[in-house]
Order: sequence, then C-alpha cells, then structure tokens
Amino acid sequence: MFTSQVLFFGFGWLFFMRQLFKDYEVRQYVVQVVFSVTFAFSCTMFELIIFEILGALSSSSRYFHWKLNLYVILLVLIFVVPFYIGYFVVSNIRLLQRQKLLFACVVWFTFMYFFWKLGDPFPILSPKHGILSIEQLISRVGVIGVTLMALLSGFGAVNLYMPLCINSDILALERRLLQTMDMIVSKKKRIAMTRRQMYQRGEDQNKQTGFWGMIKSVTSSSTGSENLSLIQQEVDALEELSRQLFLETVDLQATKERIEYSKTFQGKYFNFLGYFFSIYCVWKIFMATINIVFDRVGKTDPVTRGIEITVNYLGIQFDVKFWSQHISFILVGIIIVTSIRGLLITLTKFFYAISSSKSSNVIVLVLAQIMGMYFVSSVLLMRMSMPLEYRSIVTEVLGELQFNFYHRWFDVIFLVSALSSILFLYLAHKQAPEKHMTL
Amino acid sequence: MRELEFTATDGDRVLPGRKMASLDRVKVLVLGDSGVGKSSLVHLLCQNQVLGNPSWTVGCSVDVRVHDYKEGTPEEKTFYIELWDVGGSVGSASSVKSTRAVFYNSVNGIILVHDLTNKKSSQNLYRWSLEALNKDSSPTGVIVSNGDYDAEQFAENPVPLLLIGTKFDQIPENKRNDVLTRTAFLSEDFNAEEINLDCTNPRYLAAGTSNAVKLSRFFDKVIEKRYFTRDPSQMVGFTDRKRFNFKSLHYD
Repeated sequence: MFTSQVLFFGFGWLFFMRQLFKDYEVRQYVVQVVFSVTFAFSCTMFELIIFEILGALSSSSRYFHWKLNLYVILLVLIFVVPFYIGYFVVSNIRLLQRQKLLFACVVWFTFMYFFWKLGDPFPILSPKHGILSIEQLISRVGVIGVTLMALLSGFGAVNLYMPLCINSDILALERRLLQTMDMIVSKKKRIAMTRRQMYQRGEDQNKQTGFWGMIKSVTSSSTGSENLSLIQQEVDALEELSRQLFLETVDLQATKERIEYSKTFQGKYFNFLGYFFSIYCVWKIFMATINIVFDRVGKTDPVTRGIEITVNYLGIQFDVKFWSQHISFILVGIIIVTSIRGLLITLTKFFYAISSSKSSNVIVLVLAQIMGMYFVSSVLLMRMSMPLEYRSIVTEVLGELQFNFYHRWFDVIFLVSALSSILFLYLAHKQAPEKHMTL
Repeated sequence: MRELEFTATDGDRVLPGRKMASLDRVKVLVLGDSGVGKSSLVHLLCQNQVLGNPSWTVGCSVDVRVHDYKEGTPEEKTFYIELWDVGGSVGSASSVKSTRAVFYNSVNGIILVHDLTNKKSSQNLYRWSLEALNKDSSPTGVIVSNGDYDAEQFAENPVPLLLIGTKFDQIPENKRNDVLTRTAFLSEDFNAEEINLDCTNPRYLAAGTSNAVKLSRFFDKVIEKRYFTRDPSQMVGFTDRKRFNFKSLHYD
C-alpha cells in the first residue's frame, strides 16, 4: 500500500519536472513537494476505489486507509496549499516583504472565512454534527470541487474541436507583427534623426558664446530631450507589444502543426478518440438536461446504460457492472485531463504578463489545489457511477451527506459551462472574420 | 506576398531635405546563435554605446543606424539602416522557425554573428544563412544541410554578407592566430568580409580603424545593391536552390 504511494509521489515529481517546469528553474523545493504529495494522495484515492471494486485488501484495512487518506488530503487542501499560495503571492508583492508570514496568515484566515461562508446557502448542514467534523470540511471541499470539475469538463467537452479558421488567424497576426515592427522602426528613425540634429546643433552651439547662446542651448536641448523620452516610451511599449505578438504567432503556428499532424495516421487515431469523446459529452449534456427538466436524480450512468443496451441487443455475455466502472472512470478522467491542459496553457499565457519566474510557484500551487479538490469531489460523484454494492463504503467513510444535492449541482454546472463555452466559441468565430475585414 | 506597403501613420514631420518616404528602407538582418552578442552588437552599432544590461531577445528587436553613404565625397547621402536582430537558435521548434521567417522578407544585407570562443556558433552560421535566404523554399522550416558545398552559390549571392566574431577579448593571446585562421576560412566560404571585436569596447569600431572601414564598406555595398544596381532579375535568395547544399567544413 505504502509502496504504491511512494510510486505515485515519484510519478508526480517527474511530471512536475518534465511537463510543468520545462522552461523555468525550480527555486523552491517546497512547491514541488506539495504538488507531488497532493498528486500522490489523490492517486491513492483512486487506487482505493479500484481496490474496492476488485476486493483486493481486507475491508477493515481498506477502511483504515480511506480514513487516513482522506484526513491527509483534507489537511493538505485546506491548510497547507492555501497557506503557501498566500505566502507566495504575498512575497511577490514587494511592499509587504518584511512581514511575509503575518500577511500569509491573514490571507489564510480570509480564505477560511470565505470557505466557511460557502456552506451557508447550500443544504448540507445537518444539525447532528458539530463544527469541525470531517463531514463539514468534506462538504465544503466537495462543493467547490464539484463546481470546478463541472466547469472544466463542460468547457473541455466543447473545446475538443480546434478552431477551423486558423490559417487566416496566423496571417492576420503576422501582419500585425510586421506593422508593429514598422512602427518601431519609424519611431527609432525619428529618435536617431532628432539625436543627430541635437548633436549637430550642439556643435554649432559650442561656437556661440555668451549669455544668449547658453539660454538657447538649454531650451532647445530640453525640448529635444523631452520629445526623445516621450518617443522612447512609445518605443518601449511597442516593443513589448511586438514580443507578445511574436509569442502568440508561435503558439498559433504550433497549433497549426498539431492539426497537420492530425492528418497523419496516428493523428487520425487521436481524432477518432476525440470524436468519440465529443459524442459522449453531448450525451452527458443531454442527460443533464433531462435530469433537470424532469427533476430526476440519475441512478445509473450513461456508460452502464449504453452497455446494457448493447448487451441486450447483441446478446453477448458481458459483465456490465465490472467494465462500465472502469470505462466511465477513464472517460471522465481523460476529459478532465484535456481540459486541465487547456486551462494550464491559458494560465501560463495569462501569467506571462506578470513576471514568469516568480509566479510559476503560485500557478503550480493553484494547480495542486484544483487537482486535489477535483479528486475529492470526483470520489463523491463517482457514487453515482458506481453500482450499488460499492457505494456502501463510500457512504460509510464520508458520513451523511446529501449526495443527491451534489448530483443535481454537478448537472446544473456542467450544463451551464458547456452552453456558455459553445456560445463563447461561436462569438469568437463570428468576430474573427469581421476583424479581418477591417484590417 | 507578405510584404505590405507601410504608410507612416504616426504623424512624422517632414523636415527640410529629409523626407522619410516608405521606400527609403534598407533592411539588414543580424543573425546568430543565442548568446553570441547580437543585441550588444546592434546597440553598439546604432547608439555608439555599450549595452549595459543584455537580456534574452524574444522575437525580433530592431534598431536604426544612421549611415553616411559615400562619406567625404560630393555624393554623400544619409541613409537609415534598419538592423533587425532576430533572436533564437537554429534548433528551435519549427513553429518558432516559421514565425521567424516573417522577418526575413525583402532583406538587403545580412550580418552573421558568431562567438569566437564557441566553435559551434560559427558552424551554425551556415544553417542560419540557409534559413534566411531559403525561406521561400522550406515553409516548414526544415533545414537541409548535407551534400557538397558549392562556393559558387555564395559568390553570386545578391545579398551582401558580413561576418562578425564577438568576444575577441576573451581569447587568450596564444590562441589568437588559430582563431583568426579559422575565421578567415569562414569568410572565404561566405565570400564576405570579417570583423572580430568585443562588443563591450567601442574602440574596435572607432573611426579610422580598419574595422570601421570594413563596416562602412559593407553598408555602402548594401545601399548600392539596394538602390543603384536595381535589376529585376536579381531576386533576394538563390536562383537555383536545388544545387544548394553544404558539406562538413574545412575544420572541425
């Protein structure tokens, strides 16, 4: 049991080094450790579920491990990670350098306050339990995690299709980049010309002596240098813009090459998987709509139903319950992974504006937080996907929680996020051709 | 055709005798590996000052040098030469290479920069020149660099080249002759003049030194090619790209 945990820890470490921090140097090892720990314990939760189904270890030891795992994860998610996030954010702000710890604690307390308040509008408080019980914490974490997960999966489901008009986007960006470079050139020419004139005038001035000569030289050079500094500022801004445009163009080119790669055989294979997932997501959206409209809580997940239908139709001997489990896990997991990747890319692009080496720590911690919350809430939601006999231990460990509420909440958020991302993509496509026409 | 007719829209004033029309553009690329000192060099050439805080160039950075064509003669005319310092390495991802290719349009001259303390940077110059001059034939940015080296191609190359070796001061005295022999071979290969200097010391390019003369001659050549030998058959790039290949070099 513990060996597998160590294994997961190592895997998380490797992932961290290879994927996330490819370009930047790792300054703080704490960040790495925290991320790997979160990853390790999240994976062990999944492992426990699998053991549950397969009936690997004895049920009492499974129970023990569940409890242990849950406590540790909650500890990390609620205490450690937010504290470090606060710490790093605060250490980035130069004003508050001196009392870093104090401000980090303040940030953490505000986080805890909002965290607590979050529980109020939802029907999760049960009068029997006290304040600091595990159910309270889980319920809150669950709410946040479910929201996040639904948002991400809704967004990711719709985003499986790359934008179609990428060539014209690239050309437009390149045009903008060249225009910016041309503007920089013309401004620099002005600077050079002004400087040359000042130099030449300065030489003439040296010949002039006397009071008036000095006054003239002072006034003319001051207006000249004022102009210069103004133009220099404009040039700096334009250069920053050109850098950003360059990076955006590189991104688009990379995307275009990915699309071209998809035309090869291997690419076609992944494309097929993508289509398959999109169909699955459309089905999920459909089911979510039905659940809400008809005010019904899903008893069985689509995969089980699909397999049941197939089995009945084809008459094949198939252990429905056994396989539907794994398939639905894998499917949901992959969708979330793709959407997290997309989130990562947008996050890194967003954070490039702020200095990259400093805030990468914060990004990773936020990632760890999201990942931990996602895993905890996915355990809650999996209860819906699992056949009845496995639900018992989950119910036992997590105590009394209003599971139905969570399912409903997930459906709502999933629907909302999917619809909004469809709308967003549609609007983005509509705007793009208009942009090209005005250029 | 990617080139656009740029019209000055930021309200440039027209000064007496100095019209900045959009056609008076002389564009020189500055190419070389990451860290050889292109940004320092460009700063030295344009501002006559040493660059205090060199940092990694993202994308392309441009600077302008005021050059007096045919200085000292009655035909003297002032030109603004744009030095385009393109950052990156020859081994970059193909997406970066394709984006870089945007800057290689309508180039009038190329300055190839290499680090005298780093042989690899000199070897990579072949790939750099290929990338810049063959941009139309390889849209995916894949550089072919094998086969026989054909010196004739560079001899009839319409784009003037200049070879600059940096960090000259970091070569110990006893190695200097070897280095200079090596660079002499390089400049022969490229059919170009060579200058060896240290970008943190302006005295290498002080007026009257042979380096300054070479530099001035190079820019004159660029301007001449641009304006005074305008021949529609002379396109930028190579006419017969199939024959253009390189072999391993004279030295290792």
